[in-house]
Amino acid sequence: MRSRLWLELSGFTLLALAVAALPRFISDFRARELAIVGMYFIALIGLSILTGYSGQISLGHGAFMAIGGYTTAVLSVNGVYGHQIRDLWTIPIAGVIAGLAGLLVGVPALRLSGLYLALITFGIAVSFPQLPKKFDHFLGGTTGKILDLAKPPFGLATTPNNWMYYLTWGIALVLLGAAWLLVRGKTGRALKAIRDSEVAAASSGVKLATYKTLAFGISAFYAGVAGSLYAIANAYVNPDVFPIILSVYLVVGLAVGGLESLVGLIAGAGLIYFLQNHADTVARWINQLPALNLDPKQPGIPSMIFGVVLIVVMLLLPTGAGGVARRLFGSLTTRFYTRS
Amino acid sequence: MALLALLEVDNVSRRFGGIVALDAVSFTAEAGEIVGLIGPNGAGKTTAFNVITRLYTPDEGDVRFNGETLLETPPSGIIQRGIARTFQNVELFRGMTVLDNVRVGAHARAGEQRPEDVLFYVNLHSVRHRSPLELPYATQKRVELARALASGPQLLLLDEPAGGLSHEEVEQLGKFIKRLRDDFELTILLVEHHMGLVMSVANRVHVLDFGEKIAEGTPSEIQSNPAVIEAYLGAPA
Ligand SMILES: Nc1ncnc2c1ncn2[C@@H]1O[C@H](COP(=O)(O)OP(=O)(O)OP(=O)(O)O)[C@@H](O)[C@H]1O
Ligand SMILES: [Mg+2]
Repeated sequence: MRSRLWLELSGFTLLALAVAALPRFISDFRARELAIVGMYFIALIGLSILTGYSGQISLGHGAFMAIGGYTTAVLSVNGVYGHQIRDLWTIPIAGVIAGLAGLLVGVPALRLSGLYLALITFGIAVSFPQLPKKFDHFLGGTTGKILDLAKPPFGLATTPNNWMYYLTWGIALVLLGAAWLLVRGKTGRALKAIRDSEVAAASSGVKLATYKTLAFGISAFYAGVAGSLYAIANAYVNPDVFPIILSVYLVVGLAVGGLESLVGLIAGAGLIYFLQNHADTVARWINQLPALNLDPKQPGIPSMIFGVVLIVVMLLLPTGAGGVARRLFGSLTTRFYTRS
Repeated sequence: MALLALLEVDNVSRRFGGIVALDAVSFTAEAGEIVGLIGPNGAGKTTAFNVITRLYTPDEGDVRFNGETLLETPPSGIIQRGIARTFQNVELFRGMTVLDNVRVGAHARAGEQRPEDVLFYVNLHSVRHRSPLELPYATQKRVELARALASGPQLLLLDEPAGGLSHEEVEQLGKFIKRLRDDFELTILLVEHHMGLVMSVANRVHVLDFGEKIAEGTPSEIQSNPAVIEAYLGAPA
């Protein structure tokens, strides 16, 4: 037990050091890419609390990211009573608003399970983009809303991309630590208990409704923070900035990262970024295979490739990247890992 | 007779579609007793446990504990009233260590029993960091028992604790259940098909058959009761 704690603390420290040192070695553009990976990472931490720990699925987390992004846009562009709020301060507010929305979704989710929950949450993902269109003078409709470009505060001498990188990963580390504290204690045990056996959890005194709803709220908070950061980095929101497929990507990233492995999720976040932006590269690689002759310019080919890659990845990594790491360092960790 | 039974199941009926799983069943358990609940497969024993622990709501009747109804308490509040249980088909938390399973047992009543102490008591301390999935079935049943004990209950419901045990182990289990009752000052309701076990530990036995209570008495009374013998051997030709 002690050694596991030690392992996790040193892992966290290593990650923090790597995050701090990395910008010295990479281009400004890469820093921007990594910042966006960090945003997906934040959303995935939240989703892993929901799915990995409480056992509830959500195919609608893109909508919670969108709520966070739009909250930031409205607060920093429209402002409150004409008083515009600095982008930095909108981040926690965006998280809270998305979290409240998550609590609202969590209540009906109590009555649903498995496939039905997946369908309902996907319904949320599909219908959310209609909101900005319906309230277009407030939310900007399809044209969207333009935010001020992200600026380092206090006259810090760094580029906007580097600033976004540090901001995102700073928040990611704090939220990772918070998630870690949450799941290693009583709350995490209660959530896992619900996931593994609802009757035994209830008979042990775990209030199912409270914890399941709480898990939805917390995970939506994380998604909201991620969406807020994305809006700031992008300096622009419209319904296409948070496409429906984003919700699916997030679940895929979670599956790849491993449901319970908080650090493995970084790999999942990286994959989301890569596939979302480079599906055509993958298509070109696959074209090198002699038997195939696909034209990546053809409509639908990138998403088809995406689907195939997904299936392969899921087959290869049933336990996610965290599981593979665990297998590699098996002698050290399997003793403490409770899922075989 | 006793002034007030610890547990009173009063005229409880529970139907599932056309099946009457419990048909106006009444029985009691008094403080400090080990009460056997027996009957052939499908008699309604597990259903009775599920009604007492509020996983099922009875269609008719009442269940009282310490004189107060349990029907207004949600399933998650039952353990706080002082009732803990094990499950017929082990319901452990698969993704957690043995120790964490037992910690969840103390979720609502932390401080009643130290999970580590309970694990020592049931002789599972050495496997506390293992996954329950790696343990034999009978050991998993013991983990469930430890989880139930961790809440420091007044009433313990055991649903077929002898599952997966050898003949000698069942004998030891009998002694263990009595010791458990004394050490933790428990009242125990025991569902078990292993007649030798029930007859050797129970102070009183209630018999269910097709949802109806057909007999009640001391183990020796039950063993010579014609209705019970008929229920177990099938209708006489
Ligand atoms: N949730 C349920 N839905 C439908 N029928 C049920 C349900 N629970 C129990 N039953 C039915 O109620 C009857 C009593 O079942 P119960 O599990 O209580 O029997 P039991 O005495 O515990 O039997 P066993 O010794 O086999 O465990 C059975 O006919 C069973 O099929
Ligand atoms: Mg049964």
